[in-house]
Amino acid sequence: MSTLLEVRNVSKRFTMGGLLSRKTVDAVQDASLTLSAETPEIFTIIGESGSGKTTLARMILGLELPTSGEISFRGKTVSHRVSRQERLDFMANVQPVFQNPFEAFNPLKRIDRYLESTARRFLKLSARDDLDGAMDGALQKVGLSLAEVKGRYPHEMSGGQLQRAAIARALIPNPPLLVADEPVSMVDASLRMSIVNLLKSLRDDLGVSVIYITHDLATAYYISNRLIIMQRGRIVEMGDARTVLDNPEHPYSRLLKASVLSTEDAGSGKLATDPAMVKLAGELSGTAGRLIDRPDGRMVRVYS
Amino acid sequence: MTEDLLKVDGLKAYYQMNYFGIEREVRAVDDITMTIRKNEIYGIAGESSSGKTSFIKVLAAAIRPPMRIIAGSVKYDFKGLSVDVADASPEQIEAIRWRHLSYIMQGSMSVLNPVRRIGKTFEDFAMRPLGLSGAAYRERVLNHLERLKLRPDVLRAYPHELSGGMRQRVTIGLATVCHPEFVIADEPTTALDVVVQKEVLGLIREIQQDMGSSVVFVTHDMSVHANMTDRVGIIYAGRLVEEGPTRQMFFAPKHPYTAHLVASLPRIGDTTQRPALEGRPPSLANPPSGCRFHPRCPLAIDKCKAEVPPLMTVANDHRSACWRWQDVEPLVAPQKAVMA
Amino acid sequence: MFAVFRDLIRYNIEFAIGLMLVSVVVIFASLSFFSPVDPSLIYTTIPDQPPSWQYWFGTNSRGQDMFWQLSTALRNSLTFGIIVAVISRVISITVGLLSGYVGGWVDRGLMFVNDIFVAVPIFPVLVLFYFVLRNNMDSLTLALIMACFGWPFDARLIRSVALGLKHREFTRHAVFAGMSTRKVLLEEHLPYVMPIVFATFMNNMLWSIGLEVTLAVLGFTNINNPTIGTVLYWANSHSAMVVGVWWWIVIPVILIVMTFIGLFLLAMSMNEYIDPRSRLRRMGA
Repeated sequence: MSTLLEVRNVSKRFTMGGLLSRKTVDAVQDASLTLSAETPEIFTIIGESGSGKTTLARMILGLELPTSGEISFRGKTVSHRVSRQERLDFMANVQPVFQNPFEAFNPLKRIDRYLESTARRFLKLSARDDLDGAMDGALQKVGLSLAEVKGRYPHEMSGGQLQRAAIARALIPNPPLLVADEPVSMVDASLRMSIVNLLKSLRDDLGVSVIYITHDLATAYYISNRLIIMQRGRIVEMGDARTVLDNPEHPYSRLLKASVLSTEDAGSGKLATDPAMVKLAGELSGTAGRLIDRPDGRMVRVYS
Repeated sequence: MTEDLLKVDGLKAYYQMNYFGIEREVRAVDDITMTIRKNEIYGIAGESSSGKTSFIKVLAAAIRPPMRIIAGSVKYDFKGLSVDVADASPEQIEAIRWRHLSYIMQGSMSVLNPVRRIGKTFEDFAMRPLGLSGAAYRERVLNHLERLKLRPDVLRAYPHELSGGMRQRVTIGLATVCHPEFVIADEPTTALDVVVQKEVLGLIREIQQDMGSSVVFVTHDMSVHANMTDRVGIIYAGRLVEEGPTRQMFFAPKHPYTAHLVASLPRIGDTTQRPALEGRPPSLANPPSGCRFHPRCPLAIDKCKAEVPPLMTVANDHRSACWRWQDVEPLVAPQKAVMA
Repeated sequence: MFAVFRDLIRYNIEFAIGLMLVSVVVIFASLSFFSPVDPSLIYTTIPDQPPSWQYWFGTNSRGQDMFWQLSTALRNSLTFGIIVAVISRVISITVGLLSGYVGGWVDRGLMFVNDIFVAVPIFPVLVLFYFVLRNNMDSLTLALIMACFGWPFDARLIRSVALGLKHREFTRHAVFAGMSTRKVLLEEHLPYVMPIVFATFMNNMLWSIGLEVTLAVLGFTNINNPTIGTVLYWANSHSAMVVGVWWWIVIPVILIVMTFIGLFLLAMSMNEYIDPRSRLRRMGA
């Protein structure tokens, strides 16, 4: 089994403030995860704001360098401080999908120019027909077509369509890995599911692995194979998505699940969270502990 | 319980703009009729640019050009004071604001002045409408903060010293300290993390029940409506398309749009394929003819393209604007299928 | 672009007036291409004639027809302003965009140079150049020197916009679409700073023409090259006001004031209405 992506003991520390009041923030602490090249999967990173999930994603994309530890993609260290050719080779394999579809494209420019640039650069195409073919092919995969997108500006399309176009662009170099940072949090309710279903079909039909970053446990349960739950920079629980979310073990994971608003008791107005649960999870947030394996395949952080 | 606090009748509020010689009319609120009762939480759901924000601007009596009320009335019936927002004088609106009608806004940072201590902000907002001063005022505020589980020393803090959840609780405190009869909450928890969100939602509900006031709760998140509200109204393209008791809306929706919104919510413990709705929300400047949902509706027939469906009573207290409401089935079988 | 232009004329009175003034000035200046006399020659006509049907703007004490003299002078002044503005815009765009987008050492280095240029007092430097170069100081050299001092404030302005653009998602998207730094800067970011460039272009012209007039009136430029400034220099040295040849001073002053007000109004209205069409479309269509 060969590895696609390996994140080994990665930490990231930010230093804030000026000369006098220096403050350090540990955004990510000792995170490790591995994605295999053979079995495509949706790997979810769950966390609230400040959990370090976005920092971890930025490091995987090579936009940020880890303070310690190493991230490697197919055995090569991920970094933005490499030659342009090496960086382009990396980008051909790992592509991002961003949070805000209305910001993904320059509002003053036509959408298709991003697709064209990607096809030109990564597929080394230059003939008009080849470029159009590559663009149309990628757009068809996401349920759009070149005729719908060509010559249009971002404000002429809905959030859902824009997010699809952004995903289509990312798919042009046929990357084995997509990194999607909260891709549906800013898409309208009626269009959200179409994006989530699309990510699912990318894995099932095209064999693309997706790192899906979210705070929404319900969509994570719906589409992911494996997941990690992060609290204040630390992974507190990791394992098969269904195993973990059906029966979370770490107090923080339990709190998160208990805080999910379910529709099963619609109209009953039950909104209480057990305060003991909040307290317990809060107390653990600063403690180091260690991750240990469980017989059902998950890893949980324990403190003793 | 069944007394009405607010009656909205045939409300039309349009944005009329003359911009560089091009006239535009955006029909943000198009013929909405509804009532809000005393002591209930009424949820308003709608996507971005569905007109829900414009609608609550009218309810909050914050009507500014280019928005204009074209037709209809918005009548509040406060204790001994009736006001029609559609043609009230600025003095009348000033008299009801905070005392009878208040709102909890989305970004707590924009309400709280960053360079003023919380206590000062409370004085700015609450001292005059409360009509109290000195010890009586102080006691009232401190009691209220205690109810919100805030310690008295937040009054001495600056907004940036508080966490997001605390700030949101402070804004809830500001909006409710005068015990208003009507509170508008516009996406008050959208920016909060799940754990804090649930806590804040619980708090709003608790306070509402204590005061016996009515709350209009606006959010696009259907799972929040499920847990928060007594009744829900769905706005699509400037129109109210369905309203009813929350439980019925979730387990027996009678409008295909509602059915879709409910069905597309994923649930932990359920991995069945969720349907997605195709198409895009229509433009309010140029809405489709007939039922505005028809281009995206799986049940659409020719009649839907030509005639606007009125809100029809489909069950007790439950109204739907769909010609084919009898054919609407819940798309995903509820797990605990127990009807109220 | 044309539609924006049309709407601006129709709905923005400042723009219309500014455009009218600038057009009058430009048309008058371009008449110099058809001048029947060589404006550098003196005593080609009867001196000191007041404005009349034969000499619209009169003639001066050096025997030059002021109409053609001023037409050429205005053309030279405008050309001078445009050269300074174009060169300094190019420098400020390059520095501003690079500094904001690349950041780090590049940013610190460029901003260090920027601050030096902000701090150096320009007037004494220009006088110094005049004394060193003397007769080699033609209008193009002066324009180049002034362009070197005309960019730093605007470069800072552009840098602040570029800093904001750098963190927008579409910039990262463009990078992952394989666009080079040059392409990101020129195609993604440049359109956002163009309104600033247009507005500061006018302001920069005002500044450079004004400074040139000041230098010329004091005699610190090549006085044989007719510009609005040198016309005033000669008028002054012939004591035009004292001997009653008022048109020698009043008409060029009116022309330069028209130019200034016109450019100022254009800069102001352009600043206000960056692109109403796209704003209109963004309102939701």
